[in-house]
Amino acid sequence: MKMRGAQILIELLKREGVEVIFGYPGGAVIDIYDALMDDKDITHILVRHEQGAAHAADGYARTTGKVGVCMATSGPGATNLVTGLANAYMDSVPLVAITGQVATSLIGKDAFQEADTTGITMPITKHNFLITSLEELPTVVRQAFYIASTGRPGPVVIDLPKDIQQQEGEFVFPEKVKITGYRPTYRGHINQIKVAAQAIREAERPVLIAGGGIISSGASEVLLKLAEKADIPVTHTLMGKGAFPESHPLSLGMLGMHGTYWANKAVMNCDLLIAIGMRFDDRVTGNLATFAPRAQVIHIDIDPAEIGKNVRPSIPIVGDAKMVLAELEKHVEEKKHPIWRENIEEWKKEYTPQAKEGLSPRRAIEKIYELTRGDNPIVVTDVGQHQMWAAQIYRCETPRQWASSGGLGTMGYGLPASVGAQVGNPDRLVVLISGDGSIFMKIQELVTAVNYCLPIKIFVINNSYLGMVRQWQGCLYGGRYSCTKLQNPDLVSLVRAFGGEGFRVEKEEELEEAISKALEVKDKPVLVDCRVVEEEDVLPFVPPGKSLEEMILE
Amino acid sequence: MEHIISVLVENKPRVLARVSSLFARRGYNIESLAVGPTHDSTISRITLVVKGNADTLEQITKQLYKLIEVIKVGDFTQTNYVDRELALIKVNAPSEVRGEIVQTVEIFRARVIDVEEKSLIVEVTGTPDKIDALEQLLRKYGIIEMTRTGRIALARGSQSLQEK
Repeated sequence: MKMRGAQILIELLKREGVEVIFGYPGGAVIDIYDALMDDKDITHILVRHEQGAAHAADGYARTTGKVGVCMATSGPGATNLVTGLANAYMDSVPLVAITGQVATSLIGKDAFQEADTTGITMPITKHNFLITSLEELPTVVRQAFYIASTGRPGPVVIDLPKDIQQQEGEFVFPEKVKITGYRPTYRGHINQIKVAAQAIREAERPVLIAGGGIISSGASEVLLKLAEKADIPVTHTLMGKGAFPESHPLSLGMLGMHGTYWANKAVMNCDLLIAIGMRFDDRVTGNLATFAPRAQVIHIDIDPAEIGKNVRPSIPIVGDAKMVLAELEKHVEEKKHPIWRENIEEWKKEYTPQAKEGLSPRRAIEKIYELTRGDNPIVVTDVGQHQMWAAQIYRCETPRQWASSGGLGTMGYGLPASVGAQVGNPDRLVVLISGDGSIFMKIQELVTAVNYCLPIKIFVINNSYLGMVRQWQGCLYGGRYSCTKLQNPDLVSLVRAFGGEGFRVEKEEELEEAISKALEVKDKPVLVDCRVVEEEDVLPFVPPGKSLEEMILE
Repeated sequence: MEHIISVLVENKPRVLARVSSLFARRGYNIESLAVGPTHDSTISRITLVVKGNADTLEQITKQLYKLIEVIKVGDFTQTNYVDRELALIKVNAPSEVRGEIVQTVEIFRARVIDVEEKSLIVEVTGTPDKIDALEQLLRKYGIIEMTRTGRIALARGSQSLQEK
């Protein structure tokens, strides 16, 4: 039976298991939307800006483990996806983005709404394809999903010209995917694993760093087993939140620029650092020259290019975190490190960050945590101070519970990502912790949340400042608050105008009631505007370029 | 240190753009670049001359491998290899110096491939040093224009980067 290109595409997506597409129509994708209209299996979520589609697909992917799919038209539709793609690329999130392209005969002619999508997205995608004939469509779609979801995951773009969407052809489904130049290494080198096990046996002050790779590969269980067996404290990166249960006695919380005092202390004093599925980002390491000065480093990552990029490990292991850890765990002996654990307990007693008088942002997030933790919700954040406070305060116990823009630090990620998270997890509580800066970067996605009756709980930590930049201006630029004071409209009226529910909190005593009322709203998004004190800093704070030991503590 | 890297890639559109974009955004310098088909029509070979220390080279190699269409990367520097470059040099050649130029060209085992009333085009193949040397000698007659291909290289012996 002959089918049109657009219909073939939809059929291929279904065969890949796609259930949801986040997208926005336009001239160069009308045919795909036309084909989608007759389809009963794929749900389309209409966002209000293409960047929102990419972030929603990202939030969906992070919280479900499936490949997120987004769609946009040619030209501005595709360029609006760019931030979302770059965000997913930095955080290794599996996405497939389908973009319409002008007809093949018009490519290169500066046609209406033409942009060089594959050229523009080349450095911010794992791979991209420009389809030049209908015959290659099935192979490309299969390869795109395969590339996005295997190895180190990442976004893949399929740019599909309009005339190919309209062209008729036979449907074929290639069973096998073979890509000559793409063969990720999953199994770690057994001798290296044995050397690593030996190092673990000999270590007296070991620390594990869990990165996002633990979550991508589903290695949480085996990580827990290894940590408990060899009695190794575990810290995590922002991306690794939820990789290891944060209430576990071995958990140190997050490390790095705004990491816990004791996690940074532990890393700086350990004699063995076992880093898994992480890439030694500058926000994690501080000054590289002074990072973990006493430690032998074991680095396990599926991406060979991450090994030795920032930190040169003495024991590199390329492979899938789950497979490598499973093997490593077998070779590790049961062990206890009472003195080392005692040291860490001492550090824990040495420092507790203080909250300011009045409605402190720390207190607000603590209260949100207290009243929602029982539901083990999905926690989504935007970017800035609130994000770091949330990372410090909101303990995550399970993988895929946390979605936050790490590498790219994209303000505006939170609202659309929580749309994606709620769509992918309709029965779970989704909590968005945002700021008054970030929320306005993608505020239009409130429409999407209202349209689809998504009961997202949005908490805006509203300090009337672009808080993180203000903090830097305060600490590093002599208190010159250039352009960081924000004049915001009334958020409660705003969310109600959109069709959602809103509450305002101005005093600490009002928190509990407002949060409880918010949790009762089941059929629409609800926003709690937390009017917190204006000038509280995120602490500890390791100033950029400084050693992890040079933490500003008060 | 200078390295000659050979990159086998799938013969597809935009592959060269992917490679050059990678070098640009990661801040690696390309001294020269040559690209062409191989005896297998599905595979092209890109030969790059780059400068960098061992760490940089390791990163370049690993980053190249991350490109889906890159099949194999070989660094010739530590191996026994032959490399060649070709240049075409158009030089002023009025009759009074023409004989002298032709003599120089012969010493370099280069060839004259085009003769006009006032100029010659010289074709020279060899190592970059040899081409530099000839260029230097021809300068005094006035080089009108010239072009160089960039280096290409193969390892000596019977092994191949292209074995499947």
